[in-house]
Amino acid sequence: MNSLQLLTWARGPGLDTALAVFVLGVLWRLFEIYSLGRKQDLSAPRHAPGASGWATVLRRSLPPPGMLPTSPVSYIGGYVFHVGLAVVVFLFAPHIALLTSLLGLAWPGLPSQVVDMVTVVTLAAMIAVLADRLAKPAKRFLSTFGDWFTWTLTFLPVLTGWLAVHHLLLPYTLMLAIHVLSVELLLVLLPFTKLFHAFTAFGSRWFNGTVNGHKGVAV
Amino acid sequence: MSASLEKGVRVLKEVIDAPIASYFNSCVHCGICAEACLFYTETGDPKYTPIHKLEPMRRIYEQEYTLLGRLKKWAGLAKAVTDNELAEWQELVYNSCTLCGRCSVVCPVGNDIVYMVRKMREGMSASGHSPEGIQGAVKRTVTIGSPMGVKLPAVKAQMKHVQADTGIEIPLDQEGVEYLVTLSSMEIMNFPEYLGAIARIMRHVGKTWTLSSEAFEATNAGMQIGNSDLARVIVSRIVAGAEKLKVKTVISPECGHAYTALRWEGANLVGRPFTFKVQHIVEVLEEFRAAGLLKLDGMETDRLTFHDPCQLGRRGGVLQPQRNLMKMVAKNFVEMPDAGFMNWCCGGGGGASTIEEGEPLRLEAFKRKRKQLDAVKPDRLVTACANCRIVLEEGLEHYNMDLPVIGLTETIAEHIPD
Amino acid sequence: MNNKLYPSPARASTVDEVLVRHGVSRREFLTFCASLAAAMALPAGAAEKLAAGLAKARRPSVIWLSFQECTGCTESLTRSASPSLESLIFDLISLDYHHTLQAASGEAAEAARMAAMRENAGKYIVVVDGSVPLGNPGFSTIAGVANIDVLMNTVKDAAAVIAMGTCAAYGGLPAAQPNPTGAVAIAELVKDKPVVNIPGCPPIPTVMTGVVAHFLAFGALPELDSLGRPKAFYGETIHDRCYRRPFYDQGKFAESFDDEGARRGWCLFKLGCKGPVTYNACATMKWNGGVSFPIQSGHGCIGCAEPNFWDAGGFYEALSMPARPLQVGAAAAAAGAAAGVAVAFFNRRKKAAAKAAHETTTLDDLEQ
Repeated sequence: MNSLQLLTWARGPGLDTALAVFVLGVLWRLFEIYSLGRKQDLSAPRHAPGASGWATVLRRSLPPPGMLPTSPVSYIGGYVFHVGLAVVVFLFAPHIALLTSLLGLAWPGLPSQVVDMVTVVTLAAMIAVLADRLAKPAKRFLSTFGDWFTWTLTFLPVLTGWLAVHHLLLPYTLMLAIHVLSVELLLVLLPFTKLFHAFTAFGSRWFNGTVNGHKGVAV
Repeated sequence: MSASLEKGVRVLKEVIDAPIASYFNSCVHCGICAEACLFYTETGDPKYTPIHKLEPMRRIYEQEYTLLGRLKKWAGLAKAVTDNELAEWQELVYNSCTLCGRCSVVCPVGNDIVYMVRKMREGMSASGHSPEGIQGAVKRTVTIGSPMGVKLPAVKAQMKHVQADTGIEIPLDQEGVEYLVTLSSMEIMNFPEYLGAIARIMRHVGKTWTLSSEAFEATNAGMQIGNSDLARVIVSRIVAGAEKLKVKTVISPECGHAYTALRWEGANLVGRPFTFKVQHIVEVLEEFRAAGLLKLDGMETDRLTFHDPCQLGRRGGVLQPQRNLMKMVAKNFVEMPDAGFMNWCCGGGGGASTIEEGEPLRLEAFKRKRKQLDAVKPDRLVTACANCRIVLEEGLEHYNMDLPVIGLTETIAEHIPD
Repeated sequence: MNNKLYPSPARASTVDEVLVRHGVSRREFLTFCASLAAAMALPAGAAEKLAAGLAKARRPSVIWLSFQECTGCTESLTRSASPSLESLIFDLISLDYHHTLQAASGEAAEAARMAAMRENAGKYIVVVDGSVPLGNPGFSTIAGVANIDVLMNTVKDAAAVIAMGTCAAYGGLPAAQPNPTGAVAIAELVKDKPVVNIPGCPPIPTVMTGVVAHFLAFGALPELDSLGRPKAFYGETIHDRCYRRPFYDQGKFAESFDDEGARRGWCLFKLGCKGPVTYNACATMKWNGGVSFPIQSGHGCIGCAEPNFWDAGGFYEALSMPARPLQVGAAAAAAGAAAGVAVAFFNRRKKAAAKAAHETTTLDDLEQ
């Protein structure tokens, strides 16, 4: 199999397979998690402004008072790489073209130079977050194989995409194929690793906000 | 029947619900919860990272309620939870957690970690891995009526003292009154001034109230140990007492956990909504203040600060009333850093103060409170929880800090004109 | 263009002599060498060395074998509108055997090949266009001899083999799915001789001239990449050197062949251009004497110089388009939901069982 065949496979059957596993996995896991249900709260509720599940879904995106200085790399690095990933994935013209073909929706992208800069910053932030994981005692203590593995799983598509655009390290076709394959690997494994927080974080925030919102606490 | 690992695992299977499943799947091991926990920040020991305290429950969740986890277990690749492991975790789930809920409000993915610790304690207590100190408190509450072994005669004796001091008769078992006042045994034994303060305030605002001979004890060690069956037994006494006397409102005393047990867990424990209202004394005082019923004389002039009990504030939703009340009586009211919603625990909540072997850790964790206090250097420290008060006094004494701790209700009562 | 095919006496002469005989001036020759050196990205001063080497080189005997092919490669080389650099290839070599161009036929033609092989053993160059069928020896024969036998017999004493065009280089159209003749590339058969692949359907003629000139002047083949292609011509993708590349970078794409974007000359990526994955020199050397190349004339590159280009998706299908995402996604969603509901059912049953088995804790039950 040569590079073009690999790329063709990755773009055709490979992407179909990865999307299928991703969609299947996400739905299965969402059912598995949220079907466990929860008891109705019989205590008399207290109402307070901002004390609700939806408010917490939004509010928890900001560091609570006093927390930023305790974990600056987690917060700032976390923001940069999450926002960076969103920009790179959803605002890079070739990616939009792909998503348009998938979803039929189109939106304007950012100039390639801007996306390129964001990519470099995203990679740097991910490396910083990794260094922080090694340096901070609590973070290192909590880390399992899954943490290092999912970091790599997330880092590879960004890195290979950037290398492909700049025609570095490997011939473009091969690098592009590796890029697409790395994204497919990410899609396949996302529902079954901690990366699934991309879906459950919203549910978790909502539950937290709702359970505490019932008590009139805007968490 | 007695406690066993099997029973503990079965109870955990019972209590694991959709929020817990969502929380475990959301954790990204960022470690930010550690930075919110005073047991981690003051010791630097990563085993005190809040989410780590739930590791056995996480594995049971994974092995019982996820397809991949079940496959792993079936293939013999899953590490089963053992008795020894739970024994090791006892310190993490009880001694080093006061259910203060700071971790739950900082988790970036929104995990309510304290919600999980509370449920984890169900399994810990059912498997026999709860601390002797809290077990003793539960046993005394269930058999004698109070965690400190206080019986009705002791309450009656205190009532007499208070009557003698204030000249106000303390009503007992009066039907149809507006408020049923409950107490924590610490208020009966250590801080009798609380009952006197209630009597003076109620006379001042002209409200009817009573104590109950069946339902005087408000604390609930059953909830602290994390056993709903026993917590239900304890809370049912107050429900029965309140319903028998047909009161409109039950007043939870200056005790954080008593408030949570009655206000938020009570109805769920007995399985039906209450027919009466539950209010913390601070909420009641705030209503009196807002209605203009509190006409106070004079102000404290020394430097006062307020320690927010976790179960009242962050876990209970009462944050502003205590500040309104403080401003009524204190000319020189200062706030500690992180006061209010993000306040740091005294270090002895959630039953931790009853664990004897946990004292060195508690005192280590108290350094956090000391830092907060050092930042504002108050003359006196006001709070609204008898347990906080005891733990604060112990900590202050240990670190040779000369700082009186007083209750908010009695401080208000002192400014009632005679 | 003059027909340079004449019998063997000319073989003895050097390139210099032949050029002079055909009225090529020294100036023209130097220009030719400079252009070749530039096209092959040779270092500074190489043009002089190339000229010196070429002038003294003896014209090599070239045997051109045609197998499963369409003669497009030969056409590309010979059908120049006017005498061009490419045509000079015929001044550099002595073409002793070529079905389409040779005057001789039948026994005489095969005899010419035998003679050339005998007289130049170890020194002649074999150029092949077309792929070799392995399915059945009778699928393609020359004078009753199977292609594979002609090939192996001819390359036996060759100095080098040039696989001209995509069919010879990678199997090309004959090897497209389902490959009915079992066509294979030359490099898969010839393992003991250096093989240069010059893919393209057809290939750019200057590339062959460059390779032969390099071989003559320096006595060695130019540097090749992992697919056996001269790096000088196949080092970059068409997309890399395309004059429409800035539009791609700006996200400006033609959406159809007659829209405003197409009229403005925007990137043809979405219309299926395979430039990003095709290694060839079309965008720089262009065709028909540098007049144009497919993208310049408004059509996307079809990737003809890449292995298996015929099977690598439709020509008008953009590179980034998956095959059937919506159908696949819908099926997966249904399967995922079904799996989820099944898991949910078992989970709820398990939880209910745990609840039913609940034994109310009494004080005695707090200790083990």
